[in-house]
Order: sequence, then C-alpha cells, then structure tokens
Amino acid sequence: MGYSTIIEDNIDVLVCGAGLGGTGAAFEARYWGQDKKIVIAEKANIDRSGAVAQGLYAINCYMGTRWGENKPEDHVRYARIDLMGMVREDLLFDMARHVDSAVHQFEEWGLPLMRNPKTGAYQREGRWQIMIHGESYKPIVAEAAKKSADKVYNRVCITHLLMDESKENRIGGAVGFNVRTGNYHVFKSKTVIVGAGGASNIFKPRSVGEGAGRVWYAPWSSGSAYALLIEAGAKMTQMENRIVLARFKDGYGPVGAYFLHLKTYTQNGMGEEYESKWFPSLQEMVGKEYLDPEASHRTHRPIPTCLRNHAFISEVNAGRGPIHMVTMEAFQDPHLEEVGWENFLGMTVGQAVLWAATDVDPKHQNPELTTSEPYVMGSHATGCGAWCSGPEDVSPEEYFWGYNRMMTVEGLFGAGDAVGGTPHAFSSGSFTEGRLAAKAACKYIDDGKAEGITVSDKQIQQRKEEIYKPLETYRVYRNEITAGSVNPNYINPRQGLDRLQKLMDEYCGGVTVNYMTNENLLKIGLKKLAILEEDLENIAAENIHELMRAWELKHRHRTSECVMQHTLFRKETRWPGYYYRGDALKLDDENWHVLTVSRRDPKTGEYTLEKAPCYHLVSEDEEK
Amino acid sequence: MPTFVYMTRCDGCGHCVDICPSDIMHIDTVTRRAYNIEPNMCWECYSCVKACPHHAIDVRGYADFAPLGHSVRVIREEEKGTIAWRIKFRDGTEKNFLSPITTKPWGQGIPQLADQAAPSKEMRDSQLLFNEPKYIRLDDGDIHTLESNGLKMKAGVYY
Ligand SMILES: Cc1cc2nc3c(=O)[nH]c(=O)nc-3n(C[C@H](O)[C@H](O)[C@H](O)COP(=O)(O)OP(=O)(O)OC[C@H]3O[C@@H](n4cnc5c(N)ncnc54)[C@H](O)[C@@H]3O)c2cc1C
Ligand code: SF4
Ligand code: SF4
Repeated sequence: MGYSTIIEDNIDVLVCGAGLGGTGAAFEARYWGQDKKIVIAEKANIDRSGAVAQGLYAINCYMGTRWGENKPEDHVRYARIDLMGMVREDLLFDMARHVDSAVHQFEEWGLPLMRNPKTGAYQREGRWQIMIHGESYKPIVAEAAKKSADKVYNRVCITHLLMDESKENRIGGAVGFNVRTGNYHVFKSKTVIVGAGGASNIFKPRSVGEGAGRVWYAPWSSGSAYALLIEAGAKMTQMENRIVLARFKDGYGPVGAYFLHLKTYTQNGMGEEYESKWFPSLQEMVGKEYLDPEASHRTHRPIPTCLRNHAFISEVNAGRGPIHMVTMEAFQDPHLEEVGWENFLGMTVGQAVLWAATDVDPKHQNPELTTSEPYVMGSHATGCGAWCSGPEDVSPEEYFWGYNRMMTVEGLFGAGDAVGGTPHAFSSGSFTEGRLAAKAACKYIDDGKAEGITVSDKQIQQRKEEIYKPLETYRVYRNEITAGSVNPNYINPRQGLDRLQKLMDEYCGGVTVNYMTNENLLKIGLKKLAILEEDLENIAAENIHELMRAWELKHRHRTSECVMQHTLFRKETRWPGYYYRGDALKLDDENWHVLTVSRRDPKTGEYTLEKAPCYHLVSEDEEK
Repeated sequence: MPTFVYMTRCDGCGHCVDICPSDIMHIDTVTRRAYNIEPNMCWECYSCVKACPHHAIDVRGYADFAPLGHSVRVIREEEKGTIAWRIKFRDGTEKNFLSPITTKPWGQGIPQLADQAAPSKEMRDSQLLFNEPKYIRLDDGDIHTLESNGLKMKAGVYY
C-alpha cells in the first residue's frame, strides 16, 4: 500500500486530541516552554472537534471567588457527595482553584458570557454553572491553541503511544494515520498530553438504525483517551463509574438549564411527584450519610445524580411512566421560552429538530424524559480515567509522584476525560487541567527527565504493520465472496461495534437489563470480550475511513475490557442509578470506601487491581 | 438528525468535508458533490451546515423517530458575530432565534504567548499558571492553598 511515513521529530510537548483539555494544554505550554516544540495531533479538525463541537450554552464549572460566591473546597464537597464519596480531592481542589482564571480569559477572548443585570456578576444557572452564548466556544479555544502550537495535524487518528526503549515505563511519542490521505504519522516526543476524550457507543444505545448516531456524548468519542493509556501500561482508576443521564427522550437534549434556571420539574405519567417516595428504600441501600433528603433540603446539599436516576428508573419500572418535564408553566414567560430553545440550539440542535418534527411545543405540552445508555467518561458527573499525580502542595504521598497530572508512565500526562477521579470538571475544568498538565510537562523536560529517549525503527515499523492490517485483511479476503458484507474471514467495524455494544449492554449493565449485572455475568462478559479481541485481529476495512472506524472500535473494546474488570472488582453497588451489582446491592463503606486502581500488563494483557485510599479534604473544625 | 445535500446548490467546495468531526461528509466521485456517507454516525451537530457557503446542507430528523415535514435552518456569520436559527414545525409553526457568538473581532482577543515576558524561576516553582494569580479573582488575592483555606487531606470516611 503506497502510504508515506511522515516523521515529526524532536517534539517537546505532543498533544493527542485537542478538545477542551487538549486546547488548554497546547495554549498554556507555549508560556512555560517558549522555545519548545509544541505539536497537536487531532483526529478531526480542532475548530469543531470533541464533545463541544456544536457549542455549549453553559460553563458548568465556575467558582466565582471573584464575586465571593464559592471557595474551591465547596466544589470539592459537592463533587464528593455527588459521586458518593469516590473522587480524587487533591486533583479536584487544584482544578477548582484555577478554573476561574480560564473562564476570565475566555471572556477576554470574545466568548459571550451572560451577566446578571442586577449584580453585574455572571448569570448563574445553578450554583456552579454560568450561562453563555457558546455556539463558538470550540472555535474560540481552538484559535488559542493554534496561536501557541508550532504545528497542528488535523485528521490524524492516534492509534498507539510510542515507548522509550532505553528506560522502562517512559513515553517516547505517538503514532497514527491521516484519515484522509492514509499516510502514516510518527511523532517522536519528550512528553505526551492525552486529551482524546471519553467514550460513547460502548453500551448499546437506545437509538436504532439511522438514529444510532443520536447518543448523548458525541459518536466520535471513541474511548481513545483510555485505550491509549491502558495499552501503554498506565494505571487507571474508577473505570467502573460509568454515567447514565436523564435527558429529553430521543433527542438527549440537556436538562440542566431546565431544572436550574427555568425551574421546571419532573412528574410521572399520572402527574404526580415520584422522586421522594423512592428515597426511604434507597436510604436503606446507601445509608443515611449519602441520602438524607431533610438535611439536603436544609443545607442545599444536592441529592446525588445517580440516586435521582434510581428514583426515575424505579418509577418507570413500577409502570408509572413516562416521566415528564413540566415545562408548560415556565414557558409561558417568553424570556424563559427563548432560553429553553436557545439552550438546545447552542449545544444539542437535534433536540430542536425532534420537537419540530413531532410538533412538541413545550409551551403547550410537557415533553418526555428518558434515562440514557451508560457512558464512560471523566469530566461530567462521573470520574473514569487515568491514575494521575496531583500537585505537590495538596496531594498526600499516595497521590503524588513528581509532576501534576502525570500518569504512572513517565512523561505521559492527561487532561479532561483522560484524568480519573475528577468529575464535574466539565469544559472549563478540562481546559484548566490541560493547562496544569502543560506546565508540569514543561517542567519535566526542564528537569532533564526526558533525556536520551530511544524509539527504534523496529517499534515504528511494527506499529505501522499493525495499523494497516485491516486494509490488508479486506484486500485478501474480499474476493472470496461475490458481494455484500457477510464474509467468513472477517467482520467489518460496524458489525464489531454492534457486537461490543450488545455484550456490554447484556453483561455489564446496559439499558435492556435495567443497568443490572453481577459477578457471573461479568465473568462471561470478560470471556466474550476476549474472543471479540481475537476477532478484532480479523477486522476488515474497505477504505481509510473504515480504517479509522476499525481503530475506534479497538479503542472502545480496550476501554470496555477495563470497565468490565473494574466493575467485577468493586463488590458493592456504589452508584444505584448508574449500575447495580445484583449480587451486592448495598453500598459498603467498610470495605469499599476506596478508589479502584487497575493496571494492564502490556506484555501479558493481564490486569491487576488494587484499592487505593480515599483522602478527603477536611477543614480544621471538622477534624475528629 | 442526519444531513443531506441539495444537488442544485452544492458545488463540491469541500468545506463540509474539512469540518465534519465524524469524518462522514465526503465528495461523491461521480457527481463531484458532497454527501453524508454514514448517517448513523451523524450527531446532527450542524458543523457542516454552518460551514457550507451555499447553504446546500440540510438535516432531516432520524427516520426511526422523527416524522417528516420539519426544518431547522441556520446562518452563522463570524463578521457580524451572530448566529440565526429558524425552526419550522411539522404543523407549520415557526420560531426564530438570534444569538451572539463572539464579542470581539474574530480571534483578535487572544494573546500570543510566545511574545509574553518569560516566567521567572519563582513563578515556575509556584503553583501559578499564565496570568495568575491576577486572573483568578481579578484582585490582589493569591491562589488558594490548603493552608490559606484551613484544610487538610485525611484518609478515612468523611461525607
Ligand atoms: C451533550 C453535552 C453537553 C455538555 N454540556 C456541558 C455544559 O453545558 N457545560 C460544560 O461546561 N460542559 C459540558 N459538557 C462537558 C464537556 O463538553 C466535556 O467535559 C469536555 O469537552 C471534555 O473535554 P476533553 O478534552 O476531555 O474531551 P473532548 O472535548 O471531547 O476532546 C477530545 C478530543 O480528542 C480527539 N480525539 C479522539 N480520539 C482521538 C484519537 N484517537 N487521535 C487523535 N485525536 C482524538 C477528538 O476529536 C476531540 O477533539 C457537555 C458534554 C456533552 C457531550
Ligand atoms: S451534522 Fe455534524 S456529524 Fe453530521 S455530517 Fe454534519 S458535521 Fe458531520
Ligand atoms: S460545503 Fe456545501 S457546497 Fe461545499 S461541498 Fe459541502 S455541501 Fe457542497
């Protein structure tokens, strides 16, 4: 196959995936490394890539210390209770103390932030969210990244990280291919910051057929941020902690502004409030410490997202669906009606299309809600990702090994969905994490930690063969059959994706089984994943576009395997409403108030899992 | 809601191909015009619709749950800094919306960090990022630390 090999050498900071995390990293790296070579490798076009491609109507993480609104530790406590205790509080505190400085810069760059006409402060949607006209959020942050980077390689899908051969467990760059030209790209770099985003389409989506792209997280979020790290032998954390979202039915339009700003609320099919009646039994499952509606009411402590899902799911299972969002009251106010619609147009246009198609005008009709299939990601109300070092002035010994946001592989950093234990970072927090990782990466180089990296031609050649194998498989076996896509020698990426989604759904707690799994199911699931992996060796790609889909599938598969391993390891139901371990239906703080950490041995493919202590941020007067 | 392209409006310029995050807008080799090669991987993100200079791309709601007879059209203008939407319902109802997309001439508010004064060693050894501490609170306050906020990291069960 006549594809050229294009080598970009002597890179200091390579950013793999420039969404919100990656653009933050590329931007900031220039300040700390003014003479350093900064390169971006991005699967799409950074002007419209990642989860923020169509824009956002809110920045969901902003402290407002400037207006005396919140302190960083307030946000840490919020994320802690929302995630039922399981967060990395050093990383969260660090993100929260810096995040406002990112947001203030966005405003200076031209991002329209709404202001409260009375106070002059940013218009709050909720305690942590501020409202923006964010259709161009992504192109604006992309401009900043472009100003800082020496080179941006758009349309290069990164498939593997390169490892240093002179020192064990040290990074040496990354490789991938251009999804248009087919060329093989080699990036030799002293450090790599992975910002390749979370994973959609791992569990079978509710949408079918033509609508299968209608997922909550973007269909191009292929779990690369996880697979690249897992394959490099980096430790991962909290990978069992997938998220399920309550959203407008079919369109998956966001509900945040509806609840918080428009003050709409939910009711069951009979028009009744349903949530509170599920709380007593739920309290028995999780304990009063995690669910105490009275205390929540008094102190404005939120009811964790997963527990609210649990009430939703239980009510529907009890036969009293559908759950409706009561919009008819709020939408009588023309201003609120406008906010309601613009909210979709600014971040989930498809919901507007759907309401137009079905003649649902929320002013006259309360729209239906649904709970989504699970997603694996680390910056929304969930914290999947890599086990990273925290900052030296906050992190306890177990959480600190030299450089902020560095993983357990030397020179490998992460931001956004890639970093584990940091839920509720959202767009602004992901960007901030990118900045933190970039500063630390420059320091790592300046400290002389990246000297003498060797990446042999053999390693580069080996990866090349691996990458193009699906094209070869297609070429060799295609003409054995007359026509069509059914071939005894291979499967294509769509067939493989369907199989992955079906087995994750059925064995790991997807929608068709009401988010339920157990040890037996997970063990079967792992076996099926192993066999699927063998078949993925025989995946066929008809063209370069399909080759990209083949690698996305391989990344999704590796991510799924790690999710399955973690779900098997944590023998409790920590997040009812996200998933249930039917064989351990209770939250078990005695044994499981810990973070789960895994490592896959790159040589043998074996996983080891361990428990890591969960440190909490405690004020002096709380100390017992 | 997957995209489709009107034959008479598309001139094959490729802007949509260049921008689609899902890599599914491709130019057909026979007609030399763009089309969506994989509708079930379309997020109806409208990136291509906004990018098309000839408004040749439109969206028809997913066949499996969206009835025919609706439209959501958009015009995004960087020079004006606005985006305009027109929603048409199946029953003919129409709604229009106009929002700002930027407050500055495009791209000009962003600093070139290569030209900034280089950070001092003290700054490098601190926890501060570019423009900090000033940009955290826009006053003279310093960055928050465990000490300044009277906090400790403790292992164990706290709620
Ligand atoms: C529907 C929706 C609504 C949201 N609403 C809000 C909101 O209102 N407010 C808010 O603050 N946040 C919101 N978020 C969350 C926010 O978008 C994410 O937290 C944030 O984008 C995560 O940043 P990231 O850099 O980790 O991933 P992303 O921004 O997704 O970036 C990942 C990047 O990696 C690239 N990539 C992937 N694989 C590869 C590969 N193999 N090689 C090279 N490049 C690759 C992708 O193309 C992409 O550019 C929302 C997200 C969604 C999906
Ligand atoms: S709407 Fe988005 S995903 Fe669909 S074709 Fe256009 S750019 Fe691609
Ligand atoms: S941007 Fe518009 S005119 Fe250009 S190729 Fe795409 S559909 Fe055709």
